[in-house]
Amino acid sequence: MIGGLFIYNHKGEVLISRVYRDDIGRNAVDAFRVNVIHARQQVRSPVTNIARTSFFHVKRSNIWLAAVTKQNVNAAMVFEFLYKMCDVMTAYFGKISEENIKNNFVLIYELLDEILDFGYPQNSETGALKTFITQQGIKGQVSKTKEQSQITSQVTGQIGWRREGIKYRRNELFLDVLESVNLLMSPQGQVLSAHVSGRVVMKSYLSGMPECKFGMNDKIVIDKQGKGGASDEAGKSGKQSIAIDDCTFHQCVRLSKFDSERSISFIPPDGEYELMRYRTTKDIILPFRVIPLVREVGRTKLEVKVVIKSNFKPSLLAQKIEVRIPTPLNTSGVQVICMKGKAKYKASENAIVWKIKRMAGMKESQISAEIELLPTNDKKKWARPPISMNFEVPFAPSGLKVRYLKVFESKLNYSDHDVIKWVRYIGRSGIYETRC
Amino acid sequence: MQEWANQLCENRQFGSKMTDSKYFTTTKKGEIFELKAELNSDKKEKKKEAVKKVIASMTVGKDVSALFPDVVNCMQTDNLELKKLVYLYLMNYAKSQPDMAIMAVNTFVKDCEDPNPLIRALAVRTMGCIRVDKITEYLCEPLRKCLKDEDPYVRKTAAVCVAKLHDINAQLVEDQGFLDTLKDLISDSNPMVVANAVAALSEIAESHPNSNLLDLNPQTINKLLTALNECTEWGQIFILDCLANYTPRDDRESQSICERVTPRLSHANSAVVLSAVKVLMKFMEMLPKDLDYYGTLLKKLAPPLVTLLSAEPELQYVALRNINLIVQRRPEILKHEMKVFFVKYNDPIYVKLEKLDIMIRLASQANIAQVLAELKEYATEVDVDFVRKAVRAIGRCAIKVEQSAERCVSTLLDLIQTKVNYVVQEAIVVIKDIFRKYPNKYESVIATLCENLDSLDEPEARAAMIWIVGEYAERIDNADELLESFLEGFHDESTQVQLQLLTAIVKLFLKKPTETQELVQQVLSLATQDSDNPDLRDRGYIYWRLLSTDPVAAKEVVLAEKPLISEETDLIEPTLLEELICHIGTLASVYHKPPSAFVEGSRGVQHKRLPGSAGSGESVDSPDTGSAAGVSEAPPAVIPSQGDLLGDLLNLDLTPPTATGPPPAPSSGMQMGAMDLLGGGLDSLMGDESEPPPIPLRTDTPQSPQLSHQSPSPPDYSPTELGGDLGGSPAMGAGFGAPAAAMPATFSAPVSGGLDDLFDLGGGVGMPMGAYSPPKTVWLPAMKAKGLEISGTFARRAGVIQMEMTLTNKAMSVMTDFAIQFNRNSFGLAPAGPLQVLTPLSPNQSIEVALPLSTVGPVMKMEPLSNLQVAVKNNIDVFYFSCQYPISMLFVEDGKMERQVFLATWKDIPNDNESQFQIKDCHLSSDAASSKLQGSNVFTIAKRTVEGQDMLYQSMKLTNGIWVLAELRVQAGNPNYTVSLKCRAPEVSQCVFQSYEAMLKN
Repeated sequence: MIGGLFIYNHKGEVLISRVYRDDIGRNAVDAFRVNVIHARQQVRSPVTNIARTSFFHVKRSNIWLAAVTKQNVNAAMVFEFLYKMCDVMTAYFGKISEENIKNNFVLIYELLDEILDFGYPQNSETGALKTFITQQGIKGQVSKTKEQSQITSQVTGQIGWRREGIKYRRNELFLDVLESVNLLMSPQGQVLSAHVSGRVVMKSYLSGMPECKFGMNDKIVIDKQGKGGASDEAGKSGKQSIAIDDCTFHQCVRLSKFDSERSISFIPPDGEYELMRYRTTKDIILPFRVIPLVREVGRTKLEVKVVIKSNFKPSLLAQKIEVRIPTPLNTSGVQVICMKGKAKYKASENAIVWKIKRMAGMKESQISAEIELLPTNDKKKWARPPISMNFEVPFAPSGLKVRYLKVFESKLNYSDHDVIKWVRYIGRSGIYETRC
Repeated sequence: MQEWANQLCENRQFGSKMTDSKYFTTTKKGEIFELKAELNSDKKEKKKEAVKKVIASMTVGKDVSALFPDVVNCMQTDNLELKKLVYLYLMNYAKSQPDMAIMAVNTFVKDCEDPNPLIRALAVRTMGCIRVDKITEYLCEPLRKCLKDEDPYVRKTAAVCVAKLHDINAQLVEDQGFLDTLKDLISDSNPMVVANAVAALSEIAESHPNSNLLDLNPQTINKLLTALNECTEWGQIFILDCLANYTPRDDRESQSICERVTPRLSHANSAVVLSAVKVLMKFMEMLPKDLDYYGTLLKKLAPPLVTLLSAEPELQYVALRNINLIVQRRPEILKHEMKVFFVKYNDPIYVKLEKLDIMIRLASQANIAQVLAELKEYATEVDVDFVRKAVRAIGRCAIKVEQSAERCVSTLLDLIQTKVNYVVQEAIVVIKDIFRKYPNKYESVIATLCENLDSLDEPEARAAMIWIVGEYAERIDNADELLESFLEGFHDESTQVQLQLLTAIVKLFLKKPTETQELVQQVLSLATQDSDNPDLRDRGYIYWRLLSTDPVAAKEVVLAEKPLISEETDLIEPTLLEELICHIGTLASVYHKPPSAFVEGSRGVQHKRLPGSAGSGESVDSPDTGSAAGVSEAPPAVIPSQGDLLGDLLNLDLTPPTATGPPPAPSSGMQMGAMDLLGGGLDSLMGDESEPPPIPLRTDTPQSPQLSHQSPSPPDYSPTELGGDLGGSPAMGAGFGAPAAAMPATFSAPVSGGLDDLFDLGGGVGMPMGAYSPPKTVWLPAMKAKGLEISGTFARRAGVIQMEMTLTNKAMSVMTDFAIQFNRNSFGLAPAGPLQVLTPLSPNQSIEVALPLSTVGPVMKMEPLSNLQVAVKNNIDVFYFSCQYPISMLFVEDGKMERQVFLATWKDIPNDNESQFQIKDCHLSSDAASSKLQGSNVFTIAKRTVEGQDMLYQSMKLTNGIWVLAELRVQAGNPNYTVSLKCRAPEVSQCVFQSYEAMLKN
């Protein structure tokens, strides 16, 4: 299991050091600093073995988090734990920075004591932790016995992510379907790979212990229903359904029920959390198409022309569009002409960055650039990194639609109809690249 | 207190200077003194401030242990925050101040009775972290109470505390009966208590490999599966990892567990998913392949594995390392998912390299075009390692998918045109491999290669190029000039290049003798007279002698046709792979090494195995080999990992280790040795099919990096330190697994190439004839045992070791109540049942008894090794005698080593462990000897004939897992055999030799 956990700043100074196991000595702290943080080369692996001690690390801005062990631990678990640790810290004091860590070091030690016991991760749900570890010190002694046992039963209980007795005057919930669409396209316009990775993020402000049921246009569910109902309707709805390659759920979702009935039922945590992630590869709407044309004119000049075409309903607007066209390292000067938006050559980033604020569907725009090159005797050819693109569109490129989210709370007197529900779809570019 | 908290809170809000970070800044002199004063202050706030400063100093590594008494004094408080801080300090320094730590005990004991469950749990949690013997005694009572506490939060903390205590004092935990209480907690009503109890028990069980601590039976499994649905994500991981150690009774149970585990594949936590995959991969082995469910399960595994690739990069890396294993074990799962492994421009380098590896494993005729297009892209990237690997990958595709070879070659030529130095060098190395795989097909590219001769500065590339020039000397007009140009700096070259150059020039001479006589003489004299390198000198001498005595023979040997190579390069050796599959998700699966390779001490040394498949005739590893281009027609071989087709010429240890000194003179006395040397050496040299070389030994010369990317290896990992001692039977398996892990890296080129055909002989040689059993001898004479005479022998019958005895009553009275016991012995022999003498033994009566033996008894090394001390009791007295058993009865039925493993192991065992023996007056042919030995589980793996002398390569495995490797030399007409034995435990050699003699002469 995890033998110790260290947090360093960018210089390699220790900010937090907590050792859980006897086999980890003080020198482990230094070993990691010397061999990884101070090592000159780029990190070649997130797992490092130094003198039979294994170090797992993740980096958040300038801060290094390292878990140490001498045993054959579950490596996936260690990384999941480190991410979780970051989430918990962010939930308590915001951004993970040297200053914030120093300001909250007592709190961090308290958390580390609670969520990791002898190297075994314990309940790490912020909702539960916040009931008894606060930035004002520990609540423990002020609370009543009844409250104490409520805390302990929540921390260890089946529904460790939600406490009882939550009350809202207005029962409200927000659903965000956030998708990132990834594309790798060949210069000839052939899709080499494309997938959407999506997340359903829920913000729930619901009283009591509500039982929720979430439904979407999952092909498997719709087909199943279609069989029972009228065939005409099935054909109609089948058209709108999407094939989901795989999905994963927050631990509140009853997985066995999903496995058997493919229904998504759960008692949600209070506040914001990620209900599910999913991945699709079929019938993706690619919001933009990039058509590159690069011509080398002699040894000292490049001509680049890039056309982008938007491919969605004309009534919708894409935002924050940015096209990044890489330039060779020996670029000496660039002239750009674009039809729409603004384009700039950024020497420090070796790229022409073309920004367009808004663009409606079924439109087209173009940029052309002349790149002057310094003559070099470097034999190595320019690698031609792909042209990448960023954007945001108000629909789900996978085609996913939320069909319902039903809320049942039997003990309190509000019904599904009383809950105010909001749904929003946002499609963003993930790694959206076209080779040139 | 509340005020302080508010103040702190305010400070945080307004971001003023009064925050906790100020504690980090005190660096003045006399700090300790000041802190001492503050700690003893009357004001609570000041005290707490001071403790915070102490903790901050502790964190940055300052020694504040001098403040121990002062800090402990602050412990008696009702302020929980202060208490926690003091506890934190205690955990750090208690060990250095054990006497002072005692001061804290009372508070702990008191806190364990506190009405607040949070405080009870805090006390028991902290106490377990204080590793001071005196304190642990006081811990027992509070712990016992807390284990039965009414609050689940306290119980779950206490469960982990048992594991802590066990780590400090295992005996105490057993004596106090905590283990039983812990087992009871598995049935607790609270899922988190169950999960922590499972985690604690699993950890404790690891240090007691043979105990039945985690008594997994269908009932407990059912409880675990129920808790699995209810506990936290971390608890699910503990439970799944524990489940993976269970072996279901039959395929039905296996299926029902799988059905209940599959929903976990949709969990958001990747570790839960990977642990579930581990359970499924393991239990799937037991399902019949024709079962519908089996197919369903296979289909269910792919999507979650692909989803793991959208996790954060660190987790992607862990997932990819595991997928690499899964793809080797069950390629069918991901065969259609090639695209998801395409490298993204922004992937971290470690993710890129792993993806590349998996792409090659999944490459097939169906997707090769796409793969090649990708690889070509990658070859223009920035990272040098990645580019090199991409170029190598193109070569591997050519060898793996024959239809793509032409396209691969032209891609490589394009890359050579880029003139990027390392790309060119890498390309030349792989083109050499392609030449070997498809001879006489792509030689037209040689001209292009020759143009780049000057730019090659890496030994491997130089060696590859020299090999190409030598091999195709007749087609290269200026081959002599090219080689001569290399010769100028001969002594500055690396050994690899020197050896290659020597051979290439000899080849050239044999092809164009007229123009190159001078050149060959020059290189021979450079190699033999001016070099300090024994390998080089020896190889030089051989060529010299060969050329001077019989040029025709030299031509036959040096220019012989080479065997083809195939793509089965860096596949992980099957037994290791099986073990690693059982470790999916863990560090072992990331390192691709068994836990014993990087975990200290006894923990984790246990070997895990996949359960056998459910009675189907299909062997478990068939999917792997099946995918690899027809096993029957093309025996697997390995791409030469270096340009050196010759391998390390004289790396053949046929002579005893001492003979490496002066070059052998052809005197009559040395005849034998010299012959071996030549035979072996030249075979290896040319990889001649009829006379393949024996084993690659010694690796003096640096081996080239493999085509595959080896996992980041722990620096001090060395296979030799694992296992090999007598005794510790569980560790033995580890000893064997490890060299196999190292195998791909140390494999040398010519070996497998040449040995294939030969090895196929291995299977056919010899019909089993039944194990050798010596005649009975008198062990206990009647006069020493009040009239009881025992004579006996040992035999291995149908896999069971038996002690066969004749008991004779030579006394006047009836004997009854026989019993037998053994003293501890070298191999843990013990009676597997009682001595069956059912009827009383009357005077002058004899009875035959066969006593089955097991090898799980207590172990003690005996002198001599095969000595066994026996006590026999009857109604008269107890008698003692000792006897010796032939070690051959310990040879187990599965002692046939994989040929490649054999080669690697032989090479891996240091020469000091080799012993040589003569067997005189034996008149068997080699085949007869082989079949005779096979009857006693000595397996012939290979046979080859050199100058009328047959060499048999044999392996046997002892019951405790020790492998013995043997080379038996039989010369027609010569009744004297020579046996060379290599074993990690050289102590057994003498006994094995004696058995050899006994087996052969019988």
